[in-house]
Amino acid sequence: MRLAEAWRVALDALRANRLRSGLTMLGMVIGVGAVVVLVALGTGTKNEVESQVEGLGANLMFVVPGKVDFNSAPTASPLDTSDLNAVIRTVGDRDRVTVSLTSGETVRAGRNSTFTTVLGVMETTPKVFVRTVHSGTYLARTDVDTGRRVAVLGSKTAHVLFGDREAVGRQITIAGVRFRVVGVFEPLGQSLGVDRDTEVHIPISTAQRLFGTNRIDAFAIKAPDAESVGPLGDRVLAELRKRHPDTEFSAVTQDQILGVLADILGVLTTVLAAIAGISLLVGGVGVSNIMLVSVRERTKEIGLRKAVGAKPRDIGVQFLLEAVLLTTIGGVLGMALGVAASLITAALSPVPATVTWWSLALAFGVSAGVGIIFGVVPAQRAGRLDPVVALRTE
Amino acid sequence: MTVPESAAVEAVDVERTYDLGGVTVPALRGVSFTVERAAYVAVVGPSGSGKSTLMHLLGGLDRPSAGTLRIDGRDVSSLTPAELAQLRNETIGFVFQSFHLLARTTALDNVALPLVYRGLSARERRARAREMLARVGLEHRVDHRPNQLSGGEQQRVAIARALVTEPTVLLADEPTGNLDTATGHAVMELLERLNAESNAALVLVTHDREVAARAKRRIHMRDGVIEADEGGAA
Ligand SMILES: Nc1ncnc2c1ncn2[C@@H]1O[C@H](COP(=O)(O)OP(=O)(O)OP(=O)(O)O)[C@@H](O)[C@H]1O
Ligand SMILES: [Mg+2]
Repeated sequence: MRLAEAWRVALDALRANRLRSGLTMLGMVIGVGAVVVLVALGTGTKNEVESQVEGLGANLMFVVPGKVDFNSAPTASPLDTSDLNAVIRTVGDRDRVTVSLTSGETVRAGRNSTFTTVLGVMETTPKVFVRTVHSGTYLARTDVDTGRRVAVLGSKTAHVLFGDREAVGRQITIAGVRFRVVGVFEPLGQSLGVDRDTEVHIPISTAQRLFGTNRIDAFAIKAPDAESVGPLGDRVLAELRKRHPDTEFSAVTQDQILGVLADILGVLTTVLAAIAGISLLVGGVGVSNIMLVSVRERTKEIGLRKAVGAKPRDIGVQFLLEAVLLTTIGGVLGMALGVAASLITAALSPVPATVTWWSLALAFGVSAGVGIIFGVVPAQRAGRLDPVVALRTE
Repeated sequence: MTVPESAAVEAVDVERTYDLGGVTVPALRGVSFTVERAAYVAVVGPSGSGKSTLMHLLGGLDRPSAGTLRIDGRDVSSLTPAELAQLRNETIGFVFQSFHLLARTTALDNVALPLVYRGLSARERRARAREMLARVGLEHRVDHRPNQLSGGEQQRVAIARALVTEPTVLLADEPTGNLDTATGHAVMELLERLNAESNAALVLVTHDREVAARAKRRIHMRDGVIEADEGGAA
């Protein structure tokens, strides 16, 4: 029998039982749809996180006191300005190093005020990270060297304090101390769940005086190229350990952050997809069940076809195609449903969703595979039926 | 395919026993006979005497438990299920008491069904089926489905289906059993006419004495053996 003919017969059989075929397909539609949506959400989230980490800048590394370990409590930093000078010497270029000292403070302008993150940093920050100033200027080296009370505001903080008025040149108070606004950042959005547009940057020296400490929380270092990230980190760590033998330090690279995040999201996506896969399995069992019913119902037809010359294989192929047709039609509908659900989710919620071609190809392959796996037993049973017995059944 | 010397069907000491949970039930207990090409043979005998069992064997739907059965010169015991299916397709035409037409399928496509398993194109299948439907006088019922046809018409469609492959043997097991007398006569006349016109041997199981009397040869079955073989060549 020609294959085209076998497809036609299979399609006719499905059409003859529209409701039953439709209900059986529904299992596949839901299973495939769920897989597509969950993979899209997982991929979208992963892409977004990656672009956020990469968006910080290239070849970055963060040096912090303590072990980077999700179980241990943060270590109190023993780092101070003399360590900064040592690190700059080790790196060999002041422009590749910046620091941070972070505190939550109330920032006020006239009657408006907001509680936000105030960072003590160096003037090199925009050279290490990707950070652009929208109006005014960034901090200058003399601001850092002389401890001037100047500040650069995140776009949201500027808006909260000054509305639509120009913020540059105006006075604000941070923790009650007067500062002059020298610049406002370009909006940046979120990085790893932290809103970057509410930050306020002030010189590190000013911050230390304001917060009453000599401390530095962390270093950020930009290596000249990807290959030198590791060796440079090792040299900086060695220098810091020499200076503070009792303290553990860690250098975390962007790649490591990405790796950890990608692992977590990858596991999450896999687990979700596997759960969705179970519904595919259930759908497959439904297909098997319906095919067995179909074989039993059409036993007489099978007997007749055999009597006029159908080989066991012809009958087997006919039923196998019927099963595959059930699951692939269900699969294609499920893909459409999955894509639609992903797009709607992405449009209506902050959860990103990226539908990938490979996930669609996989979904189609899996639905055809489910048809073959779950159709083969009913098909074999049909193919092996004794024609005499089959013709005699009522 | 056809070996000119061979008989259409040749049975030598054919037995068929059924195994019912340890108990063996003999349905045929040593049957020997030959059906010549284009012959017309009626098989008669009481219910349970093994007529249908014999027909299944003659049609290659079943295999003997013992003995030798040659259909169109080929020993069925040596054939695989697939080869047997091909043999059925090429040399056998079946007409059943209960028609066995595919519901939801037009008369034309029912007749064309055996040709599907020959790999013919749809166009050629339909052309041949149309021609065959005309020969059984149903050219005006081509697009009707079985439930839109009378019993007699359904059986004529089945006869067309049996003959569309130009078989060597046409096997009809009580073809008029589900029809009223007048319609049954018409169907019988059609079968006899087609047997006379073509090279297909006709082997017919019937309970109707009048019908049996018209056959050139009558095989009487009883308890799984041939009790008498009247008018046979041998
Ligand atoms: N599948 C089977 N299993 C067991 N016994 C069977 C089977 N098929 C037929 N038989 C037995 O074989 C014997 C012959 O049956 P068969 O159907 O050939 O009779 P028949 O001559 O066609 O009868 P009828 O005129 O009623 O159609 C019967 O005794 C029957 O019970
Ligand atoms: Mg019978």
